[in-house]
Amino acid sequence: MKRRVALKVVGATLGAGAVAYAGAPVAEWAAGLSLDDTLRQHYKVLTEDELAQILRRHEDETKKLHGVDVHIEDIPAQDGVSFGYALNLSACIGCRKCAEACHQENNHDRRTNNSYIRVLEMEQGSFDMERGNVDYDHAVPAPGKYYMPVQCHQCDDAPCVKVCPVEATWKEKDGIVVVDYNWCIGCRYCEAACPYHARRFNWQPPEIPAEEINPQQGYLSNRIRPQGVVEKCTFCLHRTRRGLLPACLEACPTGARVFGNLLDPKSEIRWVLEHKRVYVLKEELGTRPRFFYFFDE
Amino acid sequence: MRFLLVAFVVLGCQRDRREPVRPPPGAPIGTVEIHQPERLTSIATTEVDALGRPIRVACVTCHSLRKPTRLPSSTAELDEFHQGLKFAHGTMSCGSCHVVGDQRSLRRADGSLVDMRDAIVLCRQCHGPQARDYDHGAHGGMAGHWDLSVGGRTRNHCVDCHDPHVPAFQPSLPVLPPRDLGIARPTGAQ
Repeated sequence: MKRRVALKVVGATLGAGAVAYAGAPVAEWAAGLSLDDTLRQHYKVLTEDELAQILRRHEDETKKLHGVDVHIEDIPAQDGVSFGYALNLSACIGCRKCAEACHQENNHDRRTNNSYIRVLEMEQGSFDMERGNVDYDHAVPAPGKYYMPVQCHQCDDAPCVKVCPVEATWKEKDGIVVVDYNWCIGCRYCEAACPYHARRFNWQPPEIPAEEINPQQGYLSNRIRPQGVVEKCTFCLHRTRRGLLPACLEACPTGARVFGNLLDPKSEIRWVLEHKRVYVLKEELGTRPRFFYFFDE
Repeated sequence: MRFLLVAFVVLGCQRDRREPVRPPPGAPIGTVEIHQPERLTSIATTEVDALGRPIRVACVTCHSLRKPTRLPSSTAELDEFHQGLKFAHGTMSCGSCHVVGDQRSLRRADGSLVDMRDAIVLCRQCHGPQARDYDHGAHGGMAGHWDLSVGGRTRNHCVDCHDPHVPAFQPSLPVLPPRDLGIARPTGAQ
C-alpha cells in the first residue's frame, strides 16, 4: 500500500470515529423519539386517522415502558360549555386531599409526589400569595391561618400561551388551556410566565408503579408525560368533558369546591359567582382567570 | 388577495372535528341524590378489641331494658351512659334534638319528630345560610356528574362531614406536601 493511501485510510477512520463520538449525545437523546413522532403534524391540523394512529402509538409505548394496557382518548371540547371553578376559602382546611387526588388521577411522578395543586398556608389578613407556605406539616387548620389551594386558573388571557415559541400550548373553546406534550420543546418559558406557579416541568421520566397507573387517559390531559416537557392542570378534561366532576372536587372533605358550566345560568358555579363575595387571584395582571375564590359571610 | 387565498388554504384544511360527546339538550337524565348515612344501631365504647378497634355495643342492649325518664341538660351530667361524649355545638342541651325514650327520632323546634336519618331537616332550622348554599350546590361535597344531562350525582348528607355533637372540623395531619415545590430540582437531576 502506498503511503498516501494508508494516510487516507487512517484519516478517514479517525474522522468517522470523531464524528460518531461527537454525535453520541444526540443519538442518545434521539433514542426516545420515534421517526413518526418527529415527522408528525401539529395537533390542530392532524386528520382523524393521523390522530388515531398517534393515540395507538402512545398506548403501545405505555405498554412497552410501563407494562400496562391503557386507553388514551382525545375528547373534544363540548359545544355550549365553558368551564369555571370556584373554591370556598372559608371552608378549606388545608388537608391537601385535593392534591393527593390530583396526584393519583393524573398519573403524576411518585418520586416527587407531584400535583397540579399547591396548597398555600396563609396568614389571616394577608393576600400575598408569594408569602404562602407550601410545605407545612403540622395539624390543620392551624390557628391564625387560612388555606388557599392554587392550581391552573385557565386564564382567558393566558400569559403561558402567549410566550410559547412553538404553539405547544393553547386555549380550547371550553376554556381549558392544554399542552401537547409531544410538541413541547421544554423551554419552560410558560412556567416562568405563569403568575400562579401552575406549570410543572418533568425533570426526570415519571415513575409510577404499574398497578397505580390510571388507565383512563386523555391525550391532552393525564397520559403519562415524557421527560423534559411541561405539564399543567386541565380541570381533569378527560373526566369533565364526559360530564364528570374533577377528581379534586370529589376528594374535598369540606365541599369547598364548586365546578360547572359558566354558560348554564342554572349551574352551581353561576350561583356562586352571582351571590357570593368572589375574588380572583392577582386580578391586577389582567389574566382573566376561570378559577375564583369566594367566602361565606 | 393572494394572502387571503393562502390563509384560506392553511386554515381551511383543519380536520373536521369529531362529534362532541355532549348529547342534544333535553331533560336532564341524571338525578341528584343525597347520600343516606348508615342507620346508627350501635355506639363505640372505650374498650378495644385485640386489633385495637373500639368494641361497639348495640343501642338496644341498654335501651330495650331501661327507659330514661329525663334527658340531661349537658354531657357533664352523663354519669352512667354515653360517658365521655364530647360536645361542642353551641349552647344546646341534649333535649334540643333528642327525644326521651325514642332514640331513633329527633325533635324539631316545633315539637314534631323526624327520623334520625333525616337529620338534615333538623340542621336546617338553625343553619339557614348553609342550607341556602347547600340547595344551590355551594356547600357540601358531591361526587358524580356536573352535567346532569349525562348522569347523576350524589350529595353528602350533613353528618357525612360533620359530627353532630362536634360539628367543626377538628385539627388533623395533612397529606404530605410535594417534594418538587417547583423550585428545587430533585436530587440526581441533570
